[in-house]
Amino acid sequence: MIGQSPLRTFIAHAVLILGILIVAFPIYYTFVASTHTLQTILRPPLPLLPGGQLWNNYSEALFGGIGRIGGVSVGQLLLNTTIMALGVAVGKICISILSAYAIVFFRFPLRMTFFWLIFITLMLPVEVRILPTYKVMVDLGMIDTYAGLIIPLIASATATLLFRQFFMTIPGELVEAARVDGAGPWRFFFDILLPLSRTNIAALFVILFIYGWTQYLWPLLVTNSNDMNTIVIALRKMVSFADADTEWHLVMVTAMLAIVPPILVVVLMQRWFVRGLVESEK
Amino acid sequence: MATVDLRDVKKVYPSGVEAVKGVSIAIPDKELCVLVGPSGCGKSTLLRMIAGLETISAGTVAIDGKVVNAIGPTERDIAMVFQNYALYPHMKVYDNMAYGLRNRGTPKDEIDSRVRSTAKVLELSALLDRRPRELSGGQRQRVAMGRAIVRNPKIFLFDEPLSNLDAKLRGQMRVEIKNLQRTLGVTSVYVTHDQLEAMTLADILVVMNAGLVEQTGAPLDVYEKPASTFVASFIGAPPMNLLALTGSSSGPMLADGTAIGFAAPETQAVTLGFRPEDADVTFNAEALPGALVLPATVEAVEPVGAESFLHCAAAGSRIIVRVSGRATAKPGDQLRVVAKAERLHWFDQAGKRVD
Repeated sequence: MIGQSPLRTFIAHAVLILGILIVAFPIYYTFVASTHTLQTILRPPLPLLPGGQLWNNYSEALFGGIGRIGGVSVGQLLLNTTIMALGVAVGKICISILSAYAIVFFRFPLRMTFFWLIFITLMLPVEVRILPTYKVMVDLGMIDTYAGLIIPLIASATATLLFRQFFMTIPGELVEAARVDGAGPWRFFFDILLPLSRTNIAALFVILFIYGWTQYLWPLLVTNSNDMNTIVIALRKMVSFADADTEWHLVMVTAMLAIVPPILVVVLMQRWFVRGLVESEK
Repeated sequence: MATVDLRDVKKVYPSGVEAVKGVSIAIPDKELCVLVGPSGCGKSTLLRMIAGLETISAGTVAIDGKVVNAIGPTERDIAMVFQNYALYPHMKVYDNMAYGLRNRGTPKDEIDSRVRSTAKVLELSALLDRRPRELSGGQRQRVAMGRAIVRNPKIFLFDEPLSNLDAKLRGQMRVEIKNLQRTLGVTSVYVTHDQLEAMTLADILVVMNAGLVEQTGAPLDVYEKPASTFVASFIGAPPMNLLALTGSSSGPMLADGTAIGFAAPETQAVTLGFRPEDADVTFNAEALPGALVLPATVEAVEPVGAESFLHCAAAGSRIIVRVSGRATAKPGDQLRVVAKAERLHWFDQAGKRVD
């Protein structure tokens, strides 16, 4: 704390509260809209207080199915998106931690070549390789499957680099102590490396889960049938150009529900997440 | 029960650097061998080759008469104490000590009894549930020792284990390591750059320099009869005084022309040395036959308490003389440094000792 005068405290709080209002108000307004009937929403101005349709709207969206996207329920969309986000996050972590393990702790021919190959893919945005990837997915018959949603996204140069940097801070003596203690490569990986990487894994999981959750372009391409859509894609499909065709109350409900899982992940893993970002525990 | 035999061991790194250039050492059962030398002399590399953490470029390492060149560290049945302790940070003290036993498939109750009895010996019983980061440096050091002892290995390897401790704790742990090693009777190799540690711990002292062994022997033998000028200046604190000689028809002279007054044991001697404690100072001018007498100027006085060190300029170089008690000399005083002839050491052109 620099100063403790009342004025300073007041200004600091005022700025913070203003910031929160700016960020939170649109979300609050979305929530309000999700508790009114379609008619109320379409007749401006929209009330600033929640209406009485909370239960009706949410149960209709979650279990009833939404007409504009072929009668698929938001529950199905949430399931699809959760599977995809989890698959992408877990897959990315598994692959990148293994490749970083190989690159840091093993000596094999062309080791640095492989490292640079991985590194170079960082400079290649998804959009550049999206057509060939799509073609491969079509040939493999993975359109409209969870595998097709997940697999093309699980290679991660960034995560590999992060793990590599972390592994390089592990002192060589620790590796040698484990060797003297009779730990082979797998034992070392599971007994020592993995527990030491816990906080990094947690932080990465949060970031990658949200990355997977908010994917737009790839799910748009690889899913055709409505019941394989992710929630972000469905949300887009639900909005029509003609205002009257759009079931705005359900759109608002879907938007609210789309926010919940990422928030849950962040809140539940916050302790680990912050530790992973701040702490450089050896 | 184990012996260690190194025969002509060499280490050449892929970059072409030759870290160890052919070392042969035989360590009998139950003895503690200290490898000492300046940094970069190859002592740690040698230790790591015994451990199996570095490949051996040439020569053989044998444990109990069995060549282990191609065997990994686990099968060599060695335990190592590292400079930075290398404790597993996420494991409790108990698990740190038990880990090696678990990997070897030791039964659970045996692990438990061995960990607990080792912890008792090292006074770690109260700390078994702590994690390494909650321990002090000295405690971590003990855990590292415990992890080595609990396995009951054939050989202990110590890689500068005390260099991260403060001076007082270091002295204490030194004694403890020596006692433990003696009670357990485990053959040990100990690497250090600290000559005091080397002198006090070793059964066999190996002085290394630039990848080669300069001298091997009992610590006091090495001290009394250093095999080379390198050993003479490395072992002993303060180091031995070394003075260059120039030969002449009338006998050896010091570099500044002072005649020594008696003959060198060998004509090829080009360096003369004496330990600071083998010399004395006098203000009198009487003749002292059979002794080396050097006119000197006191440059600095270091009183240490029980003794004082006089730094003097004599015969064109700086020499150090130890006088017991408090020194009466002051900086700037002119005096004579006297060293008995039988306490002089002589070295030839290559720096080797001549007797």
